[in-house]
Amino acid sequence: MAKFILKRILYMLVVLFCVITLTFFLVHSIPGDPITSMVQDLPIETRDLYLQKYGFDQPLIVQYVKFIQQLLTGDLGQSLRYPGRQVVDIVANYAPVSGIIGGIALAIGFAVGILLGIIAALNRNRWPDRLVMVLALLGTTIPTFVFAAVLQYVFTVTVPLFPTTGWGTWGHLVLPVACMCVGPLASYARYMRSSVLDITNQDFILTAEAKGVSSFRIVSRHIFRNSFLPCITMICTSIAGIFSGSFIIESIFAIPGLGKYFISAINDRDYSVVLGLNIIFTGTYILSILVCDILLAIIDPRIRIAEEN
Amino acid sequence: MNENAVNSIQEQALDPKDFQIQGADTASAELFARKPVTYWRDAWRRFFENKLAVVALCLLIVITLCTIFVPIFSSHSISAHDLLNRKQWPSAQHWFGTDDLGRDLFVRVWAGGRVSIIIGVLGAAIVAVVGCIYGGIAAYFGGKVDMLMMRIVEILSSVPNLLVVIMMSVVLESSSIPTLLFAMTVTGWCPIARLVRSQMLQISRSEYVMAARLMGVSPLKIVVRHMIPNTFSVIIVAVTFRIPGLIFGEAFLSNVGLGVQPPNTSWGALSSAAQSSLLYYPYMMFFPALLIALTMLSFTLMGDGLRDALDPKLRR
Repeated sequence: MAKFILKRILYMLVVLFCVITLTFFLVHSIPGDPITSMVQDLPIETRDLYLQKYGFDQPLIVQYVKFIQQLLTGDLGQSLRYPGRQVVDIVANYAPVSGIIGGIALAIGFAVGILLGIIAALNRNRWPDRLVMVLALLGTTIPTFVFAAVLQYVFTVTVPLFPTTGWGTWGHLVLPVACMCVGPLASYARYMRSSVLDITNQDFILTAEAKGVSSFRIVSRHIFRNSFLPCITMICTSIAGIFSGSFIIESIFAIPGLGKYFISAINDRDYSVVLGLNIIFTGTYILSILVCDILLAIIDPRIRIAEEN
Repeated sequence: MNENAVNSIQEQALDPKDFQIQGADTASAELFARKPVTYWRDAWRRFFENKLAVVALCLLIVITLCTIFVPIFSSHSISAHDLLNRKQWPSAQHWFGTDDLGRDLFVRVWAGGRVSIIIGVLGAAIVAVVGCIYGGIAAYFGGKVDMLMMRIVEILSSVPNLLVVIMMSVVLESSSIPTLLFAMTVTGWCPIARLVRSQMLQISRSEYVMAARLMGVSPLKIVVRHMIPNTFSVIIVAVTFRIPGLIFGEAFLSNVGLGVQPPNTSWGALSSAAQSSLLYYPYMMFFPALLIALTMLSFTLMGDGLRDALDPKLRR
C-alpha cells in the first residue's frame, strides 16, 4: 500500500512539474512583452526599468529557473497590473469564497443527485424515473450561464426573494449555489441510475433475494454500497473543479471568488496572475485526483491489486 | 394378372421427371430468402424506431439549414446599424427584435449559430480523427510505445479542460474560428484516444481476430476489416457526445470575452452581450440561450439514440 501511495505521489509531482513548465513557456511565448501590451506609450527608459524590475530582460531560461526557485519557496509571483499584490495573497483572500459556494453546491448536488438516481433506478420506466431523467437531461444540457440568467431575471423582476448579486449574507448564497449544483446534480442522478441498474442485474442480488433478504436491506446494503463506488471517482474530479468550475457563476453574480479574479486577470492580461492561478487550479485538481486514487485503493482492493500487477 | 398390372403401370407412362423436386435444388438452398440484415441496417432501423432521437435529428437539420440560409436570404444585414430602431422588442419586422445598435437579432442569431455549429461539428471531427490515429498507433505497436503514448495522454488530461482552453485562447490572442478550434481540441482528443486504444486492445484479444490470425490474414487486413469497423460504433457515439461540450466551450469563451469578436458573433457572444441589459430586454438573451440549449439537447438526445442503436448491449 505504501509503495502504491509513494508511486502515485511521485507521479503526481512529475505531472505537476510538466504542467508548470508547459504553462510557463506558453505564457512567455505570447508575442510582445507584458508591459507593452498593458501600457502603449511608455518612454523607452521607463519600459526598460519595468522590464528589469520584473526580470523580463533576462533570457527565458534564467527566468524559468528563477520562477521555479520562487515556486519552491511558496512564492507564486506578483501581479503585473497591481504591483505589490502577491498571487499567494490573492488565493488566500478569494479561495475561501469560491470554496464555500462550490462546496455547498457540490454537497447538495451530490446528495440530491445520488438520491434521485436511486429513486429513478428503483422505479425504472415508471413516472418517477421519467421525471428524474427529463430533469437530469435538461440539467446537463442547459448551459449554466443561461440558467443563471433565468434565475437572475426571475428573482429580480417577479419574486425579489433573494439578492441577485453580491456577497456577504446567507441570502447571497442561494442563487449561485442553486446554479452551481444543477450540473453535478443532473450528472450524479444519471450516473447513479445506470450504476444502480447495473448492480440490480448482478447475480448476488438475485441470491440475496432468494435468501429472503428484505428489499430495504437489499437496497441499502447490497445495491447502494456497490453502486456508490464508481461515484467516488466522479466526486473527486468535482471537488477539483470547485475552484475552477465557477468562472461564469462568479462573474454573473458578482461574487469575489477566485474564478472571477481569474477571469478579470485574463481580461487585464495580467499574465503573472494567470500563470500563478493556473498552477493553483491544476495543483488542486491533480491533488484531489491523487486523494481519490488512494481512497479508492483503500476501499476497493480490486483496484489495488490491479495497480500492483 | 401380374403381367397385366405391370403393363398398366407402364401404360401410365411414369416419367422420372415427375419425381424431381421442383423449385429447390442444392444451389437454391444456399440462396438467401431475403436480404440479410447487416449490423448497420439493424442499427439504422433501431435508430429510427427511437422517436426522440429522430425528432432531435430533424431539429438539428432545421437549425443547421437556418444557420446556412437565413443570413443569405434575409433582407437585414448582420452588421448594419440602425440607430433609429435600437432595442426593439420582437415584431413582424424584426422577428427576434433588435440589439443595442439596432441590428436585427433574427439574422444575428442564425449567423451566430454558424460559428457554434461549425465549432461543434468540426471540433468533434478533429478530435475523432486525432484520437483514432493516436489511440490506434498506441494499440497497434503496444509495449513501450504504448506506455509512453498513454503517459503523455495522462499528463495532458490531468489539466482541467477549461483551463487549457482559456490558456490557449489567451496565448494565441486572435479569436478567429481556427484559433478557437485549436484551443478546444488541443487536449480534447485525449479521451477519444484512450477509448480507441482500449477498444482496439479488447478486439485484438477476441476470438474472431485470433481465428483470422490463425488463418493467416495479414495484420493490415485485420486492422482494416475487423478493428476499424468494430471500433467505429463506439467512436461515433463518443464523438456525438463531445459536440455539446464543444458548443458549450465556445459559448463559455465568448461569454468571458475570449471568443469571437464583433462584428462576427456566436450564440455565446450574443447571450453575453444581452447579460448586461437582461432585466430590461430579456428577449435579447432568450433566443440565443434557447438555441444553445436546444442544440445541445438535440445532440445529446441523438447521441443517446445512436448509442442505443449501435450498441444494444448498453441499452437500459
